[in-house]
Amino acid sequence: MTELSAHLPQFQHGQLTENFPDNHLSNTNDHSERRRHDNSERRRNDNPESETNGQPQNNTQQVVEQDEEEDEELTLKYGAKHVIMLFVPVTLCMVVVVATIKSVSFYTRKDGQLIYTPFTEETETVGQRALNSILNAAIMISVIIVMTILLVVLYKYRCYKVIHGWLIISSLLLLFFFSFIYLGEVFKTYNVAMDYITVALMIWNFGVVGMICIHWKGPLRLQQAYLIMISALMALVFIKYLPEWTAWLILAVISVYDLIAVLCPKGPLRMLVETAQERNETLFPALIYSSTMIWLVNMAEEDPEAQRKASKNSTYDKQAPANQTQNEDAEADDGGFSQEWQQQRDNRIGPIESTPESRAAVQALPSNSQTSEDPEERGVKLGLGDFIFYSVLVGKASATASGDWNTTLACFVAILIGLCLTLLLLAIFKKALPALPISITFGLVFYFATDNLVQPFMDQLAFHQFYI
Amino acid sequence: MGAAVFFGCAGIAFGPALALVLLTVAAEPLRVIVLVAGAFFWLVSLLLASLIWFVSVHLSDREDAKLQYGLLVFGAAVSVLLQEAFRFAYFKLLKKADEGLATISEDGRSPISLRQMAYVSGLSFGIISGVFSVINILADSIGPGIVGIHGDSPYYFITSAFLTMALVLLHTFWGVIFFDACEKRRYWCLGLVVASHLLTSGLVSL
Repeated sequence: MTELSAHLPQFQHGQLTENFPDNHLSNTNDHSERRRHDNSERRRNDNPESETNGQPQNNTQQVVEQDEEEDEELTLKYGAKHVIMLFVPVTLCMVVVVATIKSVSFYTRKDGQLIYTPFTEETETVGQRALNSILNAAIMISVIIVMTILLVVLYKYRCYKVIHGWLIISSLLLLFFFSFIYLGEVFKTYNVAMDYITVALMIWNFGVVGMICIHWKGPLRLQQAYLIMISALMALVFIKYLPEWTAWLILAVISVYDLIAVLCPKGPLRMLVETAQERNETLFPALIYSSTMIWLVNMAEEDPEAQRKASKNSTYDKQAPANQTQNEDAEADDGGFSQEWQQQRDNRIGPIESTPESRAAVQALPSNSQTSEDPEERGVKLGLGDFIFYSVLVGKASATASGDWNTTLACFVAILIGLCLTLLLLAIFKKALPALPISITFGLVFYFATDNLVQPFMDQLAFHQFYI
Repeated sequence: MGAAVFFGCAGIAFGPALALVLLTVAAEPLRVIVLVAGAFFWLVSLLLASLIWFVSVHLSDREDAKLQYGLLVFGAAVSVLLQEAFRFAYFKLLKKADEGLATISEDGRSPISLRQMAYVSGLSFGIISGVFSVINILADSIGPGIVGIHGDSPYYFITSAFLTMALVLLHTFWGVIFFDACEKRRYWCLGLVVASHLLTSGLVSL
C-alpha cells in the first residue's frame, strides 16, 4: 500500500509511571491497586499513536509520487518548527517544576518514601547506601515492566473498558487529589488565608474541566496546558518521594528500558504500537501530548461520515423505485451533466456505475485535502512520561545540586539538545522512537559534571570576579 | 532592596541579550535551535576546561593560595582557548548544516544564511556564558545580606551586571567576526578574536 510515511506526523514514545505518596495515606489495598493500574496504564498510553495522521493504516491513499518526494525533502525543514513545538511545552513543564521546587519547600522536604522504594538511603556506609538504592531502582523498574506487560496484554485482548477505567481513575487522582495538595502547599508557602468552600470550588472546577479537556474534547491549548500541569504534578511527586541516589539510578535505568521497549522487536511498547496500527486505532490520546488536534478530528469523523453517506445512498436507492415514475417524467433532467460531459467522463475513467457501494468506498478514502494539507498542520506527539522524567531530572538538579542554578540550566540545555537530536533521528527514520535515552543521558552527564567540576570552577571565578 | 537590585542587575546584564533574542531569534524556529545548540557547545567547552582545572587543583598543593590563584588564571585561559576551539567546531557543524539545508530545500537555498547563524551562535555563546557567570550572584542578590561587609567593594552586584552585559555583547561580535574570518580564511582575524578574548578575560581579572 502506498503510505504517506514521508509526511506523516513524527512521533515519539515516552513512558509514564506513577508513584504514590503512600506512606501517610490510610487507603487500603485497592487504592494502591488502582494506582498500580494507573501506573502501568500511563506507561503504556504514552505510546503515542502510530504515525498515521489519523487514517487507518490500511487505507490506500492515492498519493501522487511527486507529493511524496517533495514531502520527504520538506521533512527536515518542517522539523525545525516541530522541534520548537516540543521545546515550548517541555520548557514550560520544567519551569513550573523548578519554580515550585524553589519556592514551595514541601517538595524538597523528606517525608518518607513510597512503598516502591522500600530501602532507606540514610545508612551508615556508602556501600550500604549504594546497595539500597540499587535495590530500590530494581524494584521500581520491575514494577514498571510488569505493569507495561500487563497493559500490553490487556490491550491485545481488547479489555478496553478496563484500560479506560484506569485512565480515568488515574487522571481523576492527578487532577483532584494531587492538585489539591499542591494548592494547599502553595497557600502555606505564601501564607494565604483560604477557606474550604473556595478551595472546593476551585479544585472542582479545575478537575472537571481537566477531565473534559483531556478525555473528551476541548480547546487544544487548554488540553495542552492541562497535560503540562499533570506532568508537572507527577514529576513533583517523584521528586519528593524518591531518595537521591535512587532517583538518578531510576532515571538511568528507565532510559535504557525505554530504548529496549520501543526498539526491540519483542519490546512491549513496540508491540503495543504495532497492535494499535494493525487495528487502525489511536492509542489513548489522553496521555500523549500532541501539538495539533487534526488527527483526532479526522479519525473520528471519517467512519461516521462514510456510514452516514452510505446509509443516505441506500435510502436514496430505496426511494428510487418510488421515484421511478417521477424520473420518467423528468427524463430530460440529467442533473446538469450534459451528455457530452458524461461521455467524456466515461472515456477517461471508464464507465462506472455510481452505486452505493462505490460511493461509500470513495468516501471511505481519505479526502484529497489530506495530501494537500498545509504541512505546518502536521503535529508531533510526545508521551507524557517523557515530560515527567525530563522535569524530574531538572527538578532534582535544582533541588539538590550545590551548583544550584548553573546545574539546573546545564541540565535544561542538555535535555533540549537531546530532544532536538531525537527529533532529528525521527525525521530520518520516521518511526516510533524513544524520547528518553538521549536527553536523559545528556542530562545526567551534565548534572554530575556541572555539579562536581564546573560549579567549583565557576564559584572561584565569581569570587575573584573573573569572566571567561 | 533585594528585588530592586535583582531586577536592576538582571536588566543590565541581560537586557540587550533579551531584546536581541525577542526581536530576532524567537520568531524563527531554526534560529532558536541554533541558539540552544550553541549554548550546548559552550557548556561542553566549559565542562572540559573545568575538568582540566579540577585535575590540576587536585594534583597541586591546596594550601598555597598563590598557586591556587595562578591555577585559576591558568584555568581561565584554558577555558577561553577551549571556547574558541568549540566555536570553531560549531562553525564546522553549522557549515555542514547549511549545506544540508540547502540541498533539501525547494529552491536550493538554505532558509538561514551563514551570517545569521554566526550572529545567533555568537549570541548563544554570550547568553550562556553570561548566565553561568552571573545567575548565582543574581539569585543571591534577592535575599537578605549586605554586600562587601568584609571590606570588599559594595558595588559587586552592579559591576558584575555590567561586565556580564559587556561579555554577552562581546561574544556576539566575536561570533560574527570569527565565522566571517573562517569563511574567508583570514586567519589573522581569527587570531585577533582569540587574542581579544584572552585580553578581555585577563583585564577583567585584574
